[in-house]
Amino acid sequence: MSHYTVAFAGNPNTGKSTLFNLLTGLRQHTGNWAGKTVTTAEGEFTHNQHVYRAVDLPGTYSLYSNSADEEAARDYIIFEQPVVTLVVLDATSLERNLNLALQVLEITGRAVVCINLIDEAKKLGISINLKAIARQLGVPVVAISARNQTGIGELLDQLERVATGAFAGKPLKITYSDEIEQGIAELLPLVEQTVGSRYPARWIALRLMDGDSSLLSSLKTHMGRSTSPAHKEVAGHGVTACH
Amino acid sequence: MESPHAIKGSDPLESLLAAARQLADKGAIRDEIVTGIYGVTAGICREAVSYQDKKKLSSTYKLDRIVTSKLWGFPIMLAGLGLVFWITIAGANYPSSWLASFFGWIEGYLTSGFTAVNAPAWLHGVLVLGLYRGTSWVISVMLPPMMIFFPVFALLENFGYLPRVAFNMDRLFKKSGGHGKQALTMSMGFGCNAAAILSTRIIESPRERMLAILTNNFVPCNGRWPTLILLSSLFMVGASARGALRTFSTALVLMGIVLVGITVTLTVSWVMSKTMLRGVPTHYTLELPPYRRPQIWKTIVRSSKEKSLNVLTRAIVVAAPAGILTWILGNVVIGGDSVLNHMAAFFDPFAQLLGLDGFIIMAFILGLPANEIVLPILLMGYMSSGAMVDVEGIGSIKELFLSHGWTWLTALNMMLFSLLHYPCGTTLVNIYKETESLKWAVLSAVIPLGIAIGVTFATAQIVRLLGWV
Repeated sequence: MSHYTVAFAGNPNTGKSTLFNLLTGLRQHTGNWAGKTVTTAEGEFTHNQHVYRAVDLPGTYSLYSNSADEEAARDYIIFEQPVVTLVVLDATSLERNLNLALQVLEITGRAVVCINLIDEAKKLGISINLKAIARQLGVPVVAISARNQTGIGELLDQLERVATGAFAGKPLKITYSDEIEQGIAELLPLVEQTVGSRYPARWIALRLMDGDSSLLSSLKTHMGRSTSPAHKEVAGHGVTACH
Repeated sequence: MESPHAIKGSDPLESLLAAARQLADKGAIRDEIVTGIYGVTAGICREAVSYQDKKKLSSTYKLDRIVTSKLWGFPIMLAGLGLVFWITIAGANYPSSWLASFFGWIEGYLTSGFTAVNAPAWLHGVLVLGLYRGTSWVISVMLPPMMIFFPVFALLENFGYLPRVAFNMDRLFKKSGGHGKQALTMSMGFGCNAAAILSTRIIESPRERMLAILTNNFVPCNGRWPTLILLSSLFMVGASARGALRTFSTALVLMGIVLVGITVTLTVSWVMSKTMLRGVPTHYTLELPPYRRPQIWKTIVRSSKEKSLNVLTRAIVVAAPAGILTWILGNVVIGGDSVLNHMAAFFDPFAQLLGLDGFIIMAFILGLPANEIVLPILLMGYMSSGAMVDVEGIGSIKELFLSHGWTWLTALNMMLFSLLHYPCGTTLVNIYKETESLKWAVLSAVIPLGIAIGVTFATAQIVRLLGWV
């Protein structure tokens, strides 16, 4: 039996907490994250003999450190490195919601995209081609209705595949304008040299070009905590790594 | 190969950021990044999402055109608030008296038990008259309104109405120099100020966040609702009003108190944004999520468990020792009078200026840890101060107040003081943690206290001048 940490990310009003409550039941407590005063719900659930520790991240529209909540969500995904990040999307406004999913995928490929409120979308005459989205994103995509409890079994199966490493995703890589790509290419070796390969170098390079100084201060704190910055850890996708 | 941006200096991370900034095209890069991401999502949606009928989508927003309209937005909001109060007051009335009589009935047996075993009078006093009475009052006065108010409020929240409230209030907050999202954190404050302080994290600008933190206290939290509900139903409604009319007027008074709180919130925001926290409001996008049918039973169970029981536990945990302390203070006699009376007498001259009395001020001071216990401490103080009125149910609480010289002005000013005075200890600790500044934590207690004193003083003087009491 093994423990996997699953972080729940998503925009506000996507039913993320409904899903969280459904999976963890009343077995929750509020946790305090190291270095932050953010309190958030934590709980546990079990599926096929695997125990999952679920962490409900603050609902955010992006991971660009616009607010303390966004910083907290970003820091959790980057530094605590949950085994799976579950991105909950609202099926009725998928286009806006997908932006957050893409940002998560820039950080980690160990993700499952969960399209919630699929019943409401159907009512509104919106049909969604899950296979097409999954093919584009490169990670499992599941449609559910947390309220009517449909699709939950499938969601848990996909979570398990990513958690155990049975599924090795190849997450979508966004190609930016030539100028940005050139900048990233120049910066990438420097980032890898400085922060090591433990953290997503391409994403950090991009954020630094955007002048994200809050990310820098988070990096300082967390790298101070860990061993040497050049410490290399080989934990590619498909390896059952449990932090 | 030598890198063009060699990392040197003591801090490699700093030089990394400097190198990154050189590469970035000042300012425009965020736009390019966002354009990149939006391009990809639009591409995915073009391929994977199809709409049967675009008109059907917009039809869900018909309701929004009414509830956020300039004409109907505010009347609907006020009516909704009034309705919630009305349901709470009407529903809580009887269960409260039942609980009070039930606890009184048990108290009779407890007292007989203590007499039967020849227990000393002080033990009976501490345990039954102090501890037991204190906690049983907290339960009978607070539990019924909470069991109704919280679930009803949670249902409105889950239905999706709160973002509409924020939308309506946005214009007012913008004008007062704050952030529109302050309306949301303010709504959270109706539940719990301590939690609402944490919720101000959704406001990006530090200046506007500070405004939201400083003014959050001016909406009554669940620790203060019971006090407000009880006092307004006992004192603020004419004796001739009966039944439904009575409940209705009480709800109106409560709404008036809430409106006073919101007015003070806006005024303080405006003054602060012109003085200590100068700046221009930032722009933001407020999402109006689709309305959803709330899961009625789940919402009720969850809000009962998470809110009502938590608040009640907190109240009892703090009220039990406070009950014992108050009883001891009321019964230890020095120089012919109890310590409690000495203390109350000390505050009394000042309190009279505010239209209150020494016991009320003392209850607010001892109630700093939690607003829930202010009323119980006050009741216990009155009880142990000699006037032994047998409190059997809510009606006799009024007798107790009247025997201590209360008028409707005392009740009104206690409500105003409760609404406007410093936030509870937990909230202050949260403010300190969030702002990491002792100055702002102290200010967020001192500013409300000053306002509370000013407003009650002015009210008392004006009412007395006009000879209304």
